[in-house]
Amino acid sequence: MINAILIFNNHGKPRLIRFYQYFAEELQQQIIRETFHLVSKRDDNVCNFLEGGSLIGGSDYKLIYRHYATLYFVFCVDSSESELGILDLIQVFVETLDKCFENVCELDLIFHMDKVHYILQEVVMGGMVLETNMNEIVAQVELQNRMEKSEGGLSAAPARAVSAVKNMNLPEMPRNINIGDLNIKVPSLSPF
Amino acid sequence: MPAVSKGDGMRGLAVFISDIRNCKSKEAEIKRINKELANIRSKFKGDKALDGYSKKKYVCKLLFIFLLGHDIDFGHMEAVNLLSSNKYTEKQIGYLFISVLVNSNSDLIRLINNGIKNDLASRNPTHMNLSLHCIANVGSREMAEAFAADIPRILVAGDTMDSVKQSAALCLLRLNRTSPDLVPMGEWTARVVHLLNDQHLGVVTSATSLITTLAQKSPDDFKTSVSLAIARLSRIVTSASIDLQDYTYYFVAAPWLSVKLLRLLQCYPPPEDGALRGRLTECLETILNKAQEPPKSKKVQHSNAKNAVLFEAIALIIHHDSEPTLLVRACNQLGQFLQHRETNLRYLALESMCTLASSEFSHEAVKTHIETVINALKTERDVSVRQRAVDLLYAMCDRSNAKQIVAEMLSYLETADYSIREEIVLKVAVLAEKYAVDYTWYVDTILNLIRVAGDQVSEEVWYRVIQIVINRDDVQGYAAKTVFEALQAPACHENLVKVGGYILGEFGNLIAGDSRSSPLVQFKLLHSKFHLCSVPTRALLLSAYIKFINLFPEVKATIQEVLRSDSQLRNADVELQQRAVEYLRLSTIASTDILATVLEEMPPFPERESSILAKLKRRKGPGNQPGAEEARQERERERERERSLNGSAEHREGGAAASAKSSPSVDVLSVAALPTNRPRPVSSVSLMQTPFLASCAAPSSLSAGPMTSLYPSADLLGPTGSPPSTGGSLLVDVFSDSLQAGPAPLDLAPPNTAVSEDNFSRFICKNNGVLFENQLLQIGLKSEYRQNLGRIYVFFGNKTSNQFLDFSSTVNCPDLLKTKLNVHTKPADPTIDAGAQLQQILNIECLEDFTPAPVLDIQFRYGGTLQNFGVKLPVMLNKFFQPTEMEAQDFFQRWKQLGAPQQEVQKIFKAKHPMDTEVTKAKIMGFGTALLDGVDPNPTNFVGAGVIHTKNTQVGCLLRLEPNTQAQMYRLTLRTSRDTVSQRLSDLLSEQF
Repeated sequence: MINAILIFNNHGKPRLIRFYQYFAEELQQQIIRETFHLVSKRDDNVCNFLEGGSLIGGSDYKLIYRHYATLYFVFCVDSSESELGILDLIQVFVETLDKCFENVCELDLIFHMDKVHYILQEVVMGGMVLETNMNEIVAQVELQNRMEKSEGGLSAAPARAVSAVKNMNLPEMPRNINIGDLNIKVPSLSPF
Repeated sequence: MPAVSKGDGMRGLAVFISDIRNCKSKEAEIKRINKELANIRSKFKGDKALDGYSKKKYVCKLLFIFLLGHDIDFGHMEAVNLLSSNKYTEKQIGYLFISVLVNSNSDLIRLINNGIKNDLASRNPTHMNLSLHCIANVGSREMAEAFAADIPRILVAGDTMDSVKQSAALCLLRLNRTSPDLVPMGEWTARVVHLLNDQHLGVVTSATSLITTLAQKSPDDFKTSVSLAIARLSRIVTSASIDLQDYTYYFVAAPWLSVKLLRLLQCYPPPEDGALRGRLTECLETILNKAQEPPKSKKVQHSNAKNAVLFEAIALIIHHDSEPTLLVRACNQLGQFLQHRETNLRYLALESMCTLASSEFSHEAVKTHIETVINALKTERDVSVRQRAVDLLYAMCDRSNAKQIVAEMLSYLETADYSIREEIVLKVAVLAEKYAVDYTWYVDTILNLIRVAGDQVSEEVWYRVIQIVINRDDVQGYAAKTVFEALQAPACHENLVKVGGYILGEFGNLIAGDSRSSPLVQFKLLHSKFHLCSVPTRALLLSAYIKFINLFPEVKATIQEVLRSDSQLRNADVELQQRAVEYLRLSTIASTDILATVLEEMPPFPERESSILAKLKRRKGPGNQPGAEEARQERERERERERSLNGSAEHREGGAAASAKSSPSVDVLSVAALPTNRPRPVSSVSLMQTPFLASCAAPSSLSAGPMTSLYPSADLLGPTGSPPSTGGSLLVDVFSDSLQAGPAPLDLAPPNTAVSEDNFSRFICKNNGVLFENQLLQIGLKSEYRQNLGRIYVFFGNKTSNQFLDFSSTVNCPDLLKTKLNVHTKPADPTIDAGAQLQQILNIECLEDFTPAPVLDIQFRYGGTLQNFGVKLPVMLNKFFQPTEMEAQDFFQRWKQLGAPQQEVQKIFKAKHPMDTEVTKAKIMGFGTALLDGVDPNPTNFVGAGVIHTKNTQVGCLLRLEPNTQAQMYRLTLRTSRDTVSQRLSDLLSEQF
């Protein structure tokens, strides 16, 4: 079972958190900090698995993570999951994000947190892998989108707002996750 | 076209987020957030009804604020409104907010359930999916109660859409995990199993996850899934990958489903049916073959997916452990991966090989890789991988390679990462003991361990070396010589001083013949370390000194001089001072004979399994057991240990006073109570025993003189007394076990509201001690009673390295008790820091005689999980006894007065403990009555009298206990003026003998 999914950037700022096991809010934040601490000090070409931090349950749990440009995607899982399977699941999730957002970048995650949640929900449900077929996932997301469009009223709210915001002069504008070519976009795994 | 059009945002939200991002400082950010929270709050509270769009926007903002780490304590009502809306987008955000922010305790659940109910019944697949997601994500008991019946129906209904089936399967799985009792599968079982045949691979994947979990709980019900799973797997493995279209991932056919199916098969033994078995073997062979084929793609995703299936297939082969050819192939495959350039594969190969090492078919094959693994330990850059290498070395160790592996681990230890040192120390200690043919090697290894990683050498490790040295006389001389040499080092670790002090104290005589290690030299060497050591070590050294006085009369004067110095006799630490005073006195007044008996060499310890192994096990999760066979043996031992532990605890209780009399060797350096894995129950008994023991032993063994006064400290001096043995504090051992243990595993903590009464009966005859203990918490009591009033000091010790939050402890009286007993509690602090102790005071007033006991309800949060349990408080009627002394004549007169049949309760029962007069006397006094000598004409009988004080009345009680040593039986007669009191007292007291 997947106990938690954490996405944070290179500075440890959370971009999406999802817990499938109850933790009090404060503890959730501590877990994020602990996980960031554990993951961020690792070199890019070491392995993608490590034992869970003490807060989340220690060595009975594994942290499986990938580092894409500015973002870390970390899944905390118990021993019933296949490590490589989860590693690929992260890849599927990111590729799906990339398809849905067209060249996804950190800003997309920030400004469309709800959408990212919805996409994640199509992949993982209650801590279990729901769907692994990217086409199916994207189809579901498109379906949602069409329904949203048809309810026009609310999404008709200023459509240019975000693009305007995106071009505002923001501090630390993150780079693209750069998912264009799969071989390059996984920097930790590129030395082939 | 991108599936998410980026323009669809909400302007207010986007602006807010940009504001936050533009904040220059944390303070500015908090200010901006507080402003927004106030704004949203006022909007939600305002008179103007908000439209769906605004609500959605505000809820989104709250989610964002929550993500930044701020508590959100409102907005739930609005979210519930949103999820009840007809508009999809509103429903969606409402559900999202609830699944992220509502914990399972929320009061809102009922409202939410209503919304879910409507959506489940709507037959609109997207709405159904949203509601199923919500149930699965929240997974609370209320939800399980409300929907456990509907979901299986949705899952197996013919007209349910595939995507809904997928969600329903996982939803059911979640509910089964959280509230298994509410999700009976029964009638659905067959149809759920048949989902494995479903057309849609997504449905099959979810169903496989569900069935795997269910099959782990009740394998027999789901046996039929084995053949279906094998059939499915075979179709996937042998298919040309194009058959599965979308479920082919980078040229690998349905990797996730294959992994899940292989996991499911790991719930069962190899199939008995030959054809089926053949088909499975064929699948596994195909998977192994594919690993040797050239990759169809250079992309890492391709190799990952392929290897995910491969590792799972190997796991299944290891699990079945029945096909030698497959096992050897698996081992070779893993051997290849051990040298793979990809770190992930090396990591996983090391991990899988650990389990492979325990198979009899492949143990030898695994051993051939020893050089590679040792090399990994030396050269891997990643600590996670090195740790797996240590695990594998541990698993592959046997008699043939033990010396090599232990040597490699020791040398690795010198540079090992801090985080894994303690574990390596434990592993080395276990291996060294397990495979020691030659115990000099064992002693050398442990001393090396202390030298290299002294700080990580826990008590268990150095206790164990002492036990072994004491028990094997062939190694004692060598041990004494070696510690003596090791102590010569200018800076040696305190643990070495402890071991050295103990061993020289016991066996220093074996090397005293050599002038280089004459008694005086030994003593000076030890004493040169004294001032650098902590109090417990100094205490141990003082005991070693008194043993020296016995062993070597020639250094008596020197040692007495040391004991007499102000720094000892007037030491600020009461424990050290007491030892100095008592030992000095003992050495002055006791004859050599008495000294020799009192300070005799320690008798051998009962052979027990290593406590280190237990500790190692506690540190590691179940996934890390050294091997199946070993695991089985360990379980066996565990059970045995539990038996012996219970037995020995009782034995001690019963036999303690006896040993005070009959075995005069003072266990000055007692390790007796510590040895096994959970020394606490035993040691707590002995700690509590001491005062009572000293008092009852005193009159009967005057000749032993100072010995009895030694007793209170005797136990404290032993390693049992544990590091913080400052003074005679009752709870000295609260921390000793846990501090080094790191994060305590949660398994032993009772998660539900079970009421523990394990130690209840031990408190019938005494007032102080440890009432309850698990991995997290220790509860100790000190109580005092006067007439009908009592006061209990409850000590809660946090044994973990994390804080307990939301701590509460309340006393709960059953209804029957409320009119009979008043318990007044002072509320306790809501937090207990790591390793800290909290004291709570209970004031008790007895109004009337009573039978049930109040329950202490304890609740706290540890690591996110709520711990909640009750402990029966040892407040019983006999606590309100006042002893009454009387003459024989008075006694018989009253006895006759209480002659009515209902006033007398008599009970005949078998002795549960050794029948020892002194112990029995102490127990009767501990029970609260006076012990009357010379009343009963038969001197072996015991007679007691006392008055129970309640607020309303006083009840006089007389009792008589007749032991029959031949039959190992007792007869207990109680007469009181009230039948309920007679009955209750008889029930309480008869349990004690």
